[in-house]
Amino acid sequence: MKKKKLWTLGVMLLLILSTILAACGGSDTKDTGSKDTSTGGDTAGSGEPKILVYGRGGDSVALDPAVVTDGESFTVTANIYETLVNFGEQDVTIQPGLAKSWEASEDGLTYTFQLQEGVKFHDGTDFNAEAVAKNIERWKSSTDKYPYFSSQFIVGDKQVIESVTAEGDYTVVFKLSQPQAPFLKNLAMSPFAIASPTAFEADEEGLSANPVGTGPFKFVSWVRNDSVTIEKNPDYYIDGYPKLDKVIYRSIPDNSARLNDLTAGNIDVADGLSPSDKGTIEGDANLQLIERPSMNVGYLGLTVTRPPFDNVKVRQAVNYAIDKQALVDAFYEGLAEPAKNPMPPVISGYNDEVTGYTYDPEKAKALLAEAGYDGKEIELWAMPVPRPYMPDGQKVAEAIQKNLEDVGIKSKIVSFEWATYLEKAQNGEADAFLLGWTGDNGDADNFLYTLLDGDNIGSNNYTFYDNPELHKLFVAAQTEIDEDKRNELYKQAQVIISEDAPWVPLAHSTPILAANKKVTNYIAHPTGSDRLDAVDIQ
Amino acid sequence: MLHYMGRRLLQLIPVLLGMTFIVFMLIRAIPGNPVQVILGQQATKEAVEALNASLGLDKPWYTQYFSYLAGIFQGDMGVSLRTKLPVSEEIFPYLAATAELALFAMIIAIVVGVNAGIISAWFQNSWFDYIAMIVALVGVSVPVFWLGLMEQWAFSSQLGWFPTSGREDVRDPITSITHFYLLDTLIQGRFDQFIEVLKRLVLPGVALATIPMAIIARITRSSMLEVMRSDYVRTARAKGQKMFIVVYKHALKNAVIPVLTVIGLQTGLLLGGAILTETIFSWPGIGRYIYDAIGFRDYPVIQSGILIVAFIFIMINLIVDLLYTVIDPRIKYK
Repeated sequence: MKKKKLWTLGVMLLLILSTILAACGGSDTKDTGSKDTSTGGDTAGSGEPKILVYGRGGDSVALDPAVVTDGESFTVTANIYETLVNFGEQDVTIQPGLAKSWEASEDGLTYTFQLQEGVKFHDGTDFNAEAVAKNIERWKSSTDKYPYFSSQFIVGDKQVIESVTAEGDYTVVFKLSQPQAPFLKNLAMSPFAIASPTAFEADEEGLSANPVGTGPFKFVSWVRNDSVTIEKNPDYYIDGYPKLDKVIYRSIPDNSARLNDLTAGNIDVADGLSPSDKGTIEGDANLQLIERPSMNVGYLGLTVTRPPFDNVKVRQAVNYAIDKQALVDAFYEGLAEPAKNPMPPVISGYNDEVTGYTYDPEKAKALLAEAGYDGKEIELWAMPVPRPYMPDGQKVAEAIQKNLEDVGIKSKIVSFEWATYLEKAQNGEADAFLLGWTGDNGDADNFLYTLLDGDNIGSNNYTFYDNPELHKLFVAAQTEIDEDKRNELYKQAQVIISEDAPWVPLAHSTPILAANKKVTNYIAHPTGSDRLDAVDIQ
Repeated sequence: MLHYMGRRLLQLIPVLLGMTFIVFMLIRAIPGNPVQVILGQQATKEAVEALNASLGLDKPWYTQYFSYLAGIFQGDMGVSLRTKLPVSEEIFPYLAATAELALFAMIIAIVVGVNAGIISAWFQNSWFDYIAMIVALVGVSVPVFWLGLMEQWAFSSQLGWFPTSGREDVRDPITSITHFYLLDTLIQGRFDQFIEVLKRLVLPGVALATIPMAIIARITRSSMLEVMRSDYVRTARAKGQKMFIVVYKHALKNAVIPVLTVIGLQTGLLLGGAILTETIFSWPGIGRYIYDAIGFRDYPVIQSGILIVAFIFIMINLIVDLLYTVIDPRIKYK
């Protein structure tokens, strides 16, 4: 009798379960069917609207590019706003944007831009010289509200852009207080996109949630931590663009979940994948692998104020001790090249004649003996988060630990939560630490001066390396307008850095994305902000 | 009874006050500061100082703490340093997202867990008992992120039964009124969207329900076993009462108090946000909101977020305590 009751109960449970499953299964087929028809209704006549769903790791902080510094904000704003000049499709050459042409005076102190005519902001405001001037004035009005403006256009207390004047409707003149070699490259950066003056004059803070630009897409809605939706700007000034009707940026924080979403067809593009996903993508007939041209460097910093790395010979020894090719093969799946300079070869001014340090443990041992290294154990800091330039900090650290042990340097791997890691390293508390950098504007200054000059100790120069000779070269290069002379200065700088060896430059990686095969014309830009105006769905 | 409730609510004040203090001090004790995060890696020292001053972060900690407290008492939970939006305005959609998921998960956990526990106790040492308890043991031990990814792989990527992640189909967005999507879609009569939302709740709901379900099943079983051996159950059986009625009516009522306690605690925990589940399933909930805020050192969000979660946790436990009196008339609060 006991058995019989149990049997009945079991059957009942099974029944309930199967009903639930059937209900779900049933609605599933019905739902995909209705999805197709419902999307068809949006734009009658022109066929099915083209909607691209883009999966990325995090949400944007704000949609006003002037007030943010995070890449996820620029990913979206690069498609809503436009800059005066653009970067090339896949490089950092300067191309026309909202300005169709420009002229620089010989002393490099005056730039005159001719603007595109007939361009309107999404709110109907005319784009003209006055609008440009108002944007620049807005950025100049505060030193702490517009972080990128402060870092690129303020030197010490001095504003680099002295004045901006509108001459007529479509000519705007910039007067600089000192020549700035990467001036145009700076202007092409996403944070310096032109916003509608009507919008920010009415409600400055409001621009963060309701962006108004001139770009190919208009803002629709934003559900925080979930999705940002933008739609085609029908009045876009370049005919035939954009190709897509709608783009939805979804935040999918977990890498594996994002790839699951892509294989299931819920999203069309997945950004920020790790090199180890390459095989999965290539093995799926529905997916394509997209490579982002490399503009980064991953490195092992050696804090030059802390023993034993206060001795240049020990630093050089570490450079000889590490097998970079093995690191690239093991942890970057071949999607990287070993580095010898602190900046990647695509940046103009790269010195290919620097020989760097080839893997040579014997030489390392000899240098250590010469330096009188006492065998003291060092701390080796492993990055706690994956970054394109460092896909797996922990494993790279383990490989380096083995390399160091082979030449007689004992090390202990430590790690901290990311913000803690950065602050402690910034304070000079690390012996040797893994870190990296992705270029903002493709200029040598943005790598070499930013990461290795004495001025930047306490911000981006984590090794406390300070060489006055190098500083002179950097300052000269910043105001040198002759491109060849400028490149020469950076080439000299790279020779000095290589000899002083404050870093072990490890790799320049090629970040990867994946997309459904039906997505065409997706071009990944080295800066990480991709413009989607030419992207189409078949 | 009212007197008791009043006293419990009064006790809340020192508990919450103490908590704000601990959280306030803890997040300031860890290295890293919001200004550096806001301004990014290329910030100049001048900009850092200027922003520190304009955010009031250069003032001594007690000034900052008391001005924060003064704000709380006026219903002002501060402004997020990252998004510049008031926390009180920003937090509600996240809370709703978490509450919807947590309640869905708790319904699964309670229905399955309690019944599995009862049947296991009823047929102690039967194959059902063994299997249920092994499943429960696995349930409390399995890592949620692994379970979530496996669910996605099996039921979404391979079988295509359920969507992989997210609360809604972004291609067919929901117009949000209450931020509880099940409710919103019903109000608007969008039954297709209602089904979609329900389907999206299944995978994260099951992942989230696993641990509470296993705990509830085990507690129910042991509590039931104890009651089933008592004299009154034997008397009920002796007078010829049907076993089903004896178990579900007489025995369960006396066995349910510890179960209720566990349910209360687990509901509170789930409402506090489940960071792993919310991350794997891209669920815009309160757990991820606070977790992200910690990474950004967004002090007001961390402080007020934890305060609200703690408040909810305490309130649920108060409700559970009051429910005791409904179930067991012998329990009286004075």
